[in-house]
Amino acid sequence: MYSDKVMEHFNNPRNVGDMENPDGTGEIGNVRCGDITKVFIKVNGQGIIEDIRFRTFGCGAAIASSSMLTEMVKGRHVEEAVKITDIEVADNLGGLPPQKLHCSNLAADALKAAIKDYQDRQK
Amino acid sequence: MDRIYMDNAATTPLEEKALEAMMPFLKENYGNPSSAHTFGREVRKAVEETREKMAFLLGAKPEEIYFTSGGTEADNMAIVGAARALQDRGNHIITTSVEHHAVLDTCLALQEEGFEVTVLPVDQHGMVDPDDVRDALQDNTILISVMHANNEVGTIQPVEEIGRAARESNVLFHIDAVQAVGNLPVNVETLNVDLLALSAHKFYGPKGVGLLYVREGTKVNRLTHGGGQEKGMRAGTENIPGIIGMGKAMELAYSQLEENTRRMESLRDRLIQGCLEMEEAKLNGHPTRRLPGNVNVSFEYIEGEALLLSLDFKGIAASSGSACSSGSMNPSHVLMATGMSEQTARGAIRFSLGRHNTVEEIDYTLQAVKESVDKLRSMSSLYQGKGER
Ligand SMILES: Cc1ncc(COP(=O)(O)O)c(C=O)c1O
Ligand code: FES
Repeated sequence: MYSDKVMEHFNNPRNVGDMENPDGTGEIGNVRCGDITKVFIKVNGQGIIEDIRFRTFGCGAAIASSSMLTEMVKGRHVEEAVKITDIEVADNLGGLPPQKLHCSNLAADALKAAIKDYQDRQK
Repeated sequence: MDRIYMDNAATTPLEEKALEAMMPFLKENYGNPSSAHTFGREVRKAVEETREKMAFLLGAKPEEIYFTSGGTEADNMAIVGAARALQDRGNHIITTSVEHHAVLDTCLALQEEGFEVTVLPVDQHGMVDPDDVRDALQDNTILISVMHANNEVGTIQPVEEIGRAARESNVLFHIDAVQAVGNLPVNVETLNVDLLALSAHKFYGPKGVGLLYVREGTKVNRLTHGGGQEKGMRAGTENIPGIIGMGKAMELAYSQLEENTRRMESLRDRLIQGCLEMEEAKLNGHPTRRLPGNVNVSFEYIEGEALLLSLDFKGIAASSGSACSSGSMNPSHVLMATGMSEQTARGAIRFSLGRHNTVEEIDYTLQAVKESVDKLRSMSSLYQGKGER
């Protein structure tokens, strides 16, 4: 039911783990299933996301989406990164089964929360 | 190591001897058993011999056996058919919260038709209390439907005692014995049942065939209308190769029952013990009253589906939730009925062992589970900070 790309990211997730002194942290629970993703970002003076890490309690799709998202985000400006949608994440994974589409929300929303946390800290 | 199959509660591989028995009926013996000519009569004879064999093994009479397309159809025929037949006597049905959807959803469909349905709770091990059944009985109760053994957690229900309670109150008793047949001795007399559903593909027979046992004198309305097969109870040309294969598979299952049960129980206990030696793992279902091949364990901080995929990558086939509902995002209704938290329910994985599993496979699986659980926990947002414990 999952694409090869999903399985590949699931088995070899990129950028998984914790981060010391992140510039922003976001944690989102999926209301539909109770799964939880945490995202940590490191942002440089120009607003570029230099590093990103995630941790997920969730299904295969949630883990693969988190991993894919971190790849898409690294090196991008926060203003750009915040616009990444769950649909783009799913598309980059070669699609998700319909009942699993909500799983890609988790990563995208956690990133948005992390960027908001970063921006709040800048104020 | 070759791929390891530990999802025998979803379905089992077809037994070689059953396949051999089926072959002629896929080839030269293609007659329709309803035909009067020799082609038909030869097939009719084989079907009736299988009916006799199935009846004998179940402790029933051949006239009480109705072939179906599997467990789901047999459950539907039993529940809907009996409920409609007894409508003038009452409209109350008792079932349990851990039934397969083939029973649960059927009862809920009847509820929409105006029947009253009591769904009994279970204890932490997934067991129904026969006293709860007695207490739920009303003057208008017409049917009790309880599964013999649970497909997810393997818990074996006290069906004999519930059967006695049903008999004493003169209420029909249906059991879904789909998971039990081939794993436990199933006999309609000792179990006091009026209706019983089974499915061939759970005991190394072919898919898409099963049967409903209906005790002589029990009124059940037909659901399908047509050519009058199965004494008018189940219209439609029979699945002949399926029926023949089921007969052979059943014969083998019954002749090897004790031996297979003993072997599987020892493999099961080895796997359970190995899992429970891991950190924060918990056995779901009953500690002793469980199917000989069922292992259902929750690993905290991770998701069953993720564990399933990780094990699949290592060549091991297991299941999270039940086969039909994986892909849905609700935690299993069975695990939730045992009162555990949603998170623990989501961390559940089921291994259902079969005849073909070996000690070596169990040990390889334990190693793979340990690696996968560790890896997934290291990624889990819930496990954070627990790594050093
Ligand atoms: C307890 C139980 N009842 C009913 C069924 C449905 O049987 P079938 O697949 O033959 O329709 C199953 C199998 O998934 C089962 O485990
Ligand atoms: S099922 Fe919850 S994130 Fe996929």
